[in-house]
Amino acid sequence: MNGHLITISNLFKHFPMGKGHFTALKDISLNFDEGEFTGIVGPSGSGKTTLLNIIGSLDSPSEGSAVVMGQDIATLTLKAAARLRKRHLGFIFQTYNLLPVYNVFENVEFPLLLLRMSAYERKKAVMHALEWVGLGDKTGSRPKQLSGGECQRVAIARAIVKKPAIVLADEPTANLDAANSHHILKTMSTLNRELKTTFIFATHDDKVIQYLKRKITLEDGKVAKDEMTAGS
Amino acid sequence: MIRFLIKGLFRDRHRSLFPVITVTVGVTITVVLHCWITGVMGDFIDFNARFTTGHVKVVTRAYAENLEQRPIDLALLDTKAIVDSLKEQWPGYDWVQRIGFGGILDAPDSLGETRAQGPAMGFGIDLLSPETDEIGRMGIRDGLASGKLPERPGDILISDQFAHHLGVGPGDRVTLLTSTMYGAMAMQNFTIAGTVNFGIELMDRGAMIADLSDMQATLDMQDAAGEILGIAKNHRYQETVLAQMSDAFNKQWTDPEDEFSAVMLPLYEQNNLKSLIEYTSGMIGLMIFVFVLAMCVVLWNAGLIGGLRRYGEIGVRLAIGENKGHLYRAMILESVAIGICGTIAGTAIGLGLSWLLQTYGINVGDVMKNATMMIPDTFRADITPPAYFIGFIPGLFATVVGTSLSGIGIYRRQTASLFKELEA
Ligand SMILES: Nc1ncnc2c1ncn2[C@@H]1O[C@H](COP(=O)(O)OP(=O)(O)OP(=O)(O)O)[C@@H](O)[C@H]1O
Ligand SMILES: [Mg+2]
Repeated sequence: MNGHLITISNLFKHFPMGKGHFTALKDISLNFDEGEFTGIVGPSGSGKTTLLNIIGSLDSPSEGSAVVMGQDIATLTLKAAARLRKRHLGFIFQTYNLLPVYNVFENVEFPLLLLRMSAYERKKAVMHALEWVGLGDKTGSRPKQLSGGECQRVAIARAIVKKPAIVLADEPTANLDAANSHHILKTMSTLNRELKTTFIFATHDDKVIQYLKRKITLEDGKVAKDEMTAGS
Repeated sequence: MIRFLIKGLFRDRHRSLFPVITVTVGVTITVVLHCWITGVMGDFIDFNARFTTGHVKVVTRAYAENLEQRPIDLALLDTKAIVDSLKEQWPGYDWVQRIGFGGILDAPDSLGETRAQGPAMGFGIDLLSPETDEIGRMGIRDGLASGKLPERPGDILISDQFAHHLGVGPGDRVTLLTSTMYGAMAMQNFTIAGTVNFGIELMDRGAMIADLSDMQATLDMQDAAGEILGIAKNHRYQETVLAQMSDAFNKQWTDPEDEFSAVMLPLYEQNNLKSLIEYTSGMIGLMIFVFVLAMCVVLWNAGLIGGLRRYGEIGVRLAIGENKGHLYRAMILESVAIGICGTIAGTAIGLGLSWLLQTYGINVGDVMKNATMMIPDTFRADITPPAYFIGFIPGLFATVVGTSLSGIGIYRRQTASLFKELEA
């Protein structure tokens, strides 16, 4: 480890297509440090999700390397990748992806079950996370009974309940209206400040961009710009 | 964790209720069919045992070679000693002697001249001794068409059709022309006590039933009989017991040098019954196999559909850090839970229906109008111990295989592509 939380060097990602292949990421080199609040922006098809998936160990690089918390994604076994995600990574999706048959409490509790925490610790952590996102009074509700904004807040609680080092969020505000988007971004930036959790977004939402501390622009699979912003 | 998953399983009806119902239906059908076939087969075996084969049958070795012809010249001698010994060793069985014979039955006119005659297929069975139950055992009482049951020596029963052919009825005298065990001509007068409908073509054409002692006298067969039948008092057909019994008997009595020495044949070694019984168990097996297969396909499809519905869940669980193997095992575990629930429900329902079929039976008397005594007019299911377990074969197997098949697709897929589908 060279001091960075995430080190990406000369990363390529090819997808097989027809007879040849399609290169979605071309020679990406980036570092991310603890406490970042960074957005990856760029037009549709520029490779944002692909990059996030590789950082999240859901996919692996074709060439080059991606080292996340000291672990080289390219050489991780399925099991080791699962362990990395379980311990250190949180995910937030555009479509929330809450489990419909479980209530709010249970949805947030799920990652802790995998970590084999005691019931008492789980309860404490879940309630804490739900209070962070302002849903302490909705523990018994099913996702169906919640608004889109509330669902996404549950998803955030689920991502942060185990206090992961890194939260990866792919278009977290794409399905939300302005008010809800701002609410969520404020929640996340508070978490970022108070827990030192690193947030990495893929987004093309201007509302998100104004909260970012750092903005990386991808174009056609390449890093076009990497700039520090005012942040909030 | 397991509690958590099971909770989700039962809240999601598409994942629990539908598969459980599928399994329940399949298991119910399997259990009922098993009990039904076992019952009908049991009735059939019981009928054979009572009527022709016994559960075991003792004959001479030579007689055994020509079992179907019932050759009295090859009959068994010193039968009393054998019967006494059998009664002592196997008190759970009734031991009865029977003689099969052939001859011509002659109906005389008032002058004693032949008026009509016809070939008779004869049965000498114990009709008159105080402890005998042969009439009940052969179901003759139910088939009685006219007259009454034999009451004294010299009384016989003949088939109703035969009586019409000969132009005789209850109270009339007829003469049997036959040959003794040693080949000498024999003639004996009998009185027709009653006529019987058998419901079997061959017997209705010319059967005659006489008392065993009368026939022993007529055929010069003192202390001899064509066959000794052993019939379980509890009516249970127990193949292993019969095999042991036959082995023990044959070790004691059979002399490979002497073709007139006694040999015991269990039911399944007679009249190709073995292959019939094997065929039936084969049918049960095949049936269960077909059900397993059909249920596998249904559950596989249900699993695939469920899997599609669950991409979101699967993707999230993988993202949260659940191992693919763990996820797959959890799905299998779910299917085991479903299989067990469905099997228990299906077995309970199946046993309930089988109990109804066992208690009330299905009356086939109307379908087979002429079948009076030979075939029981009501078929019943029979609940045997395997009925309690047999449902687990299709119930568990089908769910687990169905889920495994549908799960493999998900298991094989690249994690990232699961997310593509998740986002779409
Ligand atoms: N599994 C795959 N197989 C083939 N091509 C793929 C695959 N995944 C992504 N791609 C291609 O890689 C390119 C980058 O895709 P990616 O999803 O990373 O874009 P994106 O920047 O997230 O776009 P959007 O803003 O629309 O979400 C696209 O052209 C896409 O077609
Ligand atoms: Mg994307």
